[in-house]
Amino acid sequence: MTDLLQLLVFGIVFGSILTLGAIGVSLIFGILRFAHFAHGDMMTVGAYFALIFVAQIGWPIYMALPAAMIGAALLAILIDQSVYRRLRRTAPVILLISSFGMALLLRAAVQLIWGTDNQVYQPGINVPYVVFDIRIKPDHLVIVGASVILVFAFHLFLKMTRMGKAMRAMSDNVDLARVSGIDSERVVIWTWVIGGALAAAAGVLLALDTRLNPQLGWNVLLPVFAATIVGGIGRVYGAIAGGMFIGIATELSTAVILPAYKPAVAFTLMVLVLILRPRGLVRGMN
Amino acid sequence: MTVVLEVADVRGGYGGADILNGTDLKLDEGEIVVIIGPNGAGKSTLMKAVFGLATIRSGSVSFFGRTITGMRADQVAKLGMSYVPQERNVFASLTVNENLEMGAYLRDDDFGPQIERIYELFPPLKERRRQQAGTLSGGERQMLAMGRALMLDPKLLLLDEPTAALSPRYAAETFERIREINALGITILMVEQNARQALEHADRGVVLVMGANRFEAPGPELLANREVAEMYLGG
Ligand SMILES: Nc1ncnc2c1ncn2[C@@H]1O[C@H](COP(=O)(O)OP(=O)(O)OP(=O)(O)O)[C@@H](O)[C@H]1O
Ligand SMILES: [Mg+2]
Repeated sequence: MTDLLQLLVFGIVFGSILTLGAIGVSLIFGILRFAHFAHGDMMTVGAYFALIFVAQIGWPIYMALPAAMIGAALLAILIDQSVYRRLRRTAPVILLISSFGMALLLRAAVQLIWGTDNQVYQPGINVPYVVFDIRIKPDHLVIVGASVILVFAFHLFLKMTRMGKAMRAMSDNVDLARVSGIDSERVVIWTWVIGGALAAAAGVLLALDTRLNPQLGWNVLLPVFAATIVGGIGRVYGAIAGGMFIGIATELSTAVILPAYKPAVAFTLMVLVLILRPRGLVRGMN
Repeated sequence: MTVVLEVADVRGGYGGADILNGTDLKLDEGEIVVIIGPNGAGKSTLMKAVFGLATIRSGSVSFFGRTITGMRADQVAKLGMSYVPQERNVFASLTVNENLEMGAYLRDDDFGPQIERIYELFPPLKERRRQQAGTLSGGERQMLAMGRALMLDPKLLLLDEPTAALSPRYAAETFERIREINALGITILMVEQNARQALEHADRGVVLVMGANRFEAPGPELLANREVAEMYLGG
């Protein structure tokens, strides 16, 4: 029982990270209608952005995180305006392939700039708290706390602001959004701001839980996509549920199978959902 | 008379073969004009072309004398034209109130009073203001679609089959609402399948066949025309 609860803790931590990535993938799909394959590597770049502020300037992680989010948001706009925007009028599959190319490019850039070695934000041991025999590291609290705050802020943005509502409107019905006077290019830019910033946050939190390396985000792209699809691609609230579901399910699975099979668990769940509930586990949330 | 909308010899469609083959149309300020015609004639395509959602290969569209041929939909909206599409004409996942807010997206002033006016025009919407538009009945949905389009206080309103899928009672009521909207000074262009009823409420009717005007006359005259009656009004 204690073992399962311990795994549940790991699952919630992993799920919090996946959720931040999955929201971006789902939002980008909802607005631009393509699966953004460079999202994992956008997470990696964001994680390394934070390393600049931590290692070079000596900022604490809670200051480096927002700085990295801003950096990644700007990078996402740059990538969109210089590459994706030109391809938007072509078929979505071309955007998908080009984002695959962008993924390789970002990863290569990270390797060139920061090298291929593992790095950490702060050396030293993160001494865990022990509650009823369950060990919770202080970093775990930071990860879950930051994720909850960001998801809640995103929720408020979607429900309360004009741009947030326009984003939901456009994801619901592009033509009607245009007819209503919504400037779709502005919505697209905001989509990248949010997608990029949340990807960076996911990357930083993942690096905090494990360590930095150029494969960081690429390694979790599959569970992030699984979370997006389980939640119903294009439905951002579904992505939250999908992220937690995939995170918890993969960690719990290690109670019965080898941890090396974790990605296979995410993949299997994704395929099962595609077969049984192609529009996602969560109904009617957008 | 001020000409609100002028469509001159428009050809175009969706990139493939032309759907519109030289369509002409002229609307004077304050008019209600009805477009009728068989399925697939290009009635909806004409509206989309005017609003920048279909491709115009040749010809021109002007709004109050200003050329708007091929202009982006959000910019057309800015000029004071609103459009209620035939299908998918509400944001199903947004609440009723949010749909109206999106209709006012271009407004920087306080549009609260305008929302209240829409609720007065369509009382059933008010009770459902916090409900998702996807849960509304067909009639309520049509009201919301029109309400959304009215949020900008447009000078011209395009309505694509506003009474399709409505019961006869609802349809009659909708035509009444359209008359009320028109009485506010809003010029109206609508496509209608309930041709007889619509023509009774219209100043003029246009019969569109295969993307070109076949007949054009005041409503009663069109109703009295034997050929039109036989071919397009179901005898
Ligand atoms: N998005 C589209 N892409 C390609 N072709 C289309 C598209 N929408 C409509 N068409 C085609 O254009 C033609 C005209 O369609 P349109 O919707 O304008 O007809 P309509 O007169 O409005 O008919 P209805 O009375 O059924 O609404 C049809 O042959 C239709 O198949
Ligand atoms: Mg039509």
